Amino acid sequence: MTTQAILQLVLYVAALALLAKLLGGYLARVFSGERTFADPVLAPVERTIYRLTGVDPQREMPWTTYAFALLAFSLFSVLALYLLQRVQGSLPLNPAGQGNVPPHLAFNTAVSFTTNTNWQSYLPEATVSHLTQMAGLTVQNFVSAAAGIAIAVALVRGLARHSAKAIGNFWVDLTRAVLWVLLPVAFVLALIFVSQGVVQNLDAPRQITTLPGEVQTIAQGPVASQEAIKMFGTNGGGFFNANSAHPFENPTPLTNLLQMLTIFAIPAGLTAMFGRMVGNPRQGWTVFGVMLALFLVGAVLTTVFEQQGNPRFPDAVDQRASASQAGGNMEGKETRFGISASALFATITTAASCGAVNAMHDAFTPLGGLVLLNNIAVGEVIFGGVGAGLYGFLIFAMLAVFIAGLMVGRTPEYIGKKIEPREMTFVTLTILVVPLLILGLTAIALVTERGLLGPLNPGPHGLTEVLYAYTSGAGNNGSAFAGLNANSNFYATTLGIAMLGGRFLMIVPILAVAGSLAAKKRVAATAGTFPTTGLLFGGLLCGVILIVAALTFFPAYALGPIVEHLMLRAGS
Amino acid sequence: MNTETPYRPLQLLRTAALLLLVLIVLTGLAYPLAVTGIAQLTMRDDANGSLVERDGVVVGSALIGQNFWGSSGYFWGRPSAAGSGYDANQSGGANLGPSNPALVTRIEASIAELRAANWERGDSPIPVDLVTTSASGLDPHISPAAAEYQAPRIARERGLSEDQVLALVRAHTEGRWLWVFGEERVNVLELNLALDALAPIGR
Repeated sequence: MTTQAILQLVLYVAALALLAKLLGGYLARVFSGERTFADPVLAPVERTIYRLTGVDPQREMPWTTYAFALLAFSLFSVLALYLLQRVQGSLPLNPAGQGNVPPHLAFNTAVSFTTNTNWQSYLPEATVSHLTQMAGLTVQNFVSAAAGIAIAVALVRGLARHSAKAIGNFWVDLTRAVLWVLLPVAFVLALIFVSQGVVQNLDAPRQITTLPGEVQTIAQGPVASQEAIKMFGTNGGGFFNANSAHPFENPTPLTNLLQMLTIFAIPAGLTAMFGRMVGNPRQGWTVFGVMLALFLVGAVLTTVFEQQGNPRFPDAVDQRASASQAGGNMEGKETRFGISASALFATITTAASCGAVNAMHDAFTPLGGLVLLNNIAVGEVIFGGVGAGLYGFLIFAMLAVFIAGLMVGRTPEYIGKKIEPREMTFVTLTILVVPLLILGLTAIALVTERGLLGPLNPGPHGLTEVLYAYTSGAGNNGSAFAGLNANSNFYATTLGIAMLGGRFLMIVPILAVAGSLAAKKRVAATAGTFPTTGLLFGGLLCGVILIVAALTFFPAYALGPIVEHLMLRAGS
Repeated sequence: MNTETPYRPLQLLRTAALLLLVLIVLTGLAYPLAVTGIAQLTMRDDANGSLVERDGVVVGSALIGQNFWGSSGYFWGRPSAAGSGYDANQSGGANLGPSNPALVTRIEASIAELRAANWERGDSPIPVDLVTTSASGLDPHISPAAAEYQAPRIARERGLSEDQVLALVRAHTEGRWLWVFGEERVNVLELNLALDALAPIGR
């Protein structure tokens, strides 16, 4: 790694830790219903919303009701977004004259944005109107993120409470996440983005004549407002096809840094919130530490692999880093970001189930791309999506204490709660569902004619494109090895299944765990209790997370990126 | 805590629909329109695409690259996979995998074209960004190395000394933010506009 790359990483991590601490305290206050500095402005808005929608904020829900409310809200979200796309051609705010989105694509996109995946089978510049971007996609950027936060908060309440029937009120958690957390930050961030050159208007594409005399059509739109929540809500769906590589979405190194920080901000903040809400900040920092360790390994590896460049490039190409160029594998990367800011962004966006890209992952070196794939495949728990990262991680924490319990022959406990067969059943379910979707659907795609029409690249790289797609879908990440042509009935449908399963088959068992934990009595810690803070537990957790992923995915990795790497080195 | 009277499913469905509606109005209309309003009032140029004018005519956006390949009097940007090249209504990368033979074939074609145009350089190595496509296909920048590589050709075509051209490149090189973030880069459109101002050809 270059000195600059190391410095960038150190400064990034320092800023992130600070953000986590600040945001953690704030989130804990927001979701415990305590007073915050924003109350004078937001509390009246909140009360109005409850009055309009008939919500009684004092009335809490058992986990079954909480899950029903979430599923109902998500169902209406899918329907509303599907409908909007299907009729956008006859609605206002469509200066480019986009037609109605075809059914398979509208279904895929509706599911994609509602599940916080933001996989994009469509070419935005040629498909969606400004109204769909705003009232459809931007809305789901907010509410799917808010729903994720709500579930994480509910699970934390399950651990923090004892002998309780309820885990919170979904309507209140959702509303407070939007009003107190997402909206104010997105608003400020959007204006900063505009000041850097991110466009924000309602215009049609603009035609100009370039210096060499060609006609160039430049797409426009309300980009900054969507860009801000796209990052802060770890959504990742680009206003443009090139996503955060597009100069109108991410024009400068400053916007790039802000985007990288806002992807991880809430996931990191939630770890600190967790520590506070269970009454032991060290529990939170242990989670943060494990996530950080796994993230750093990936960030360093990706940067090193990309900086090494591509051995296939002809000798005439100068890939060495120097004072006047970044060097390395610049295929699919932007000059202003070079290698280090592209590799770091890619590691963050895959670790965090964001899926925004500022470089084309398909063009990464085989091993650089493998790190990105693995970041998603471990279950989006390396900070992970907003909310999804924490609840996925806590599931792994319970698995880790269970394994530790087996080794010493004691009933496992986590945060003063006995982890018993009922919880372990749900834990196992949530850990199995994503690999099952990924490997099952990849296998189907690879043995069917219509599946094999997808990949752009030949050989093992084509296999990686398919594997990455279902991993991204089931992991609710949304980034792609974008050479894959996923705009077909086959991929739209199977990826839709992956996204729905990866979201809701996770959420329901997790809420069941939350409800079951909330009802338990708290057991006092004794000398025999396995401590769930500190290095020993952190190391065990890293091990569990990596071993589960390795056992599940190594054969697939071997057939895709690892073979491709060996081929490149061998020069064949 | 009040959980005694259970929620009725119909009541939950009604709340779900109403809350979604309220949030659509708040986050899907009020929020983006408010940002648009403030942006248009206070940062008009930035919000409308950072357009660049010459003699009162818009010649492009400072943030969007243009296709200069084949124009011998101009600095060339990077190869582009956006549409038929720098199509700013169809952004995207080439997505050729690192082992795809088509990638090497394409790079070899770019090398041949660059060497023919920059014959003063002979067989000297070419900076990697000049033969690889960017992620957006709209990259407005090249590395300083890529600009320097083209300096002898520009000097020849514009009747300038190579030192004059290199000085112009240096004057248009943007540094890293806070010395750490991003890379040093040259904006190709702005550099070419400056070149036209310094030593016009055929105008």
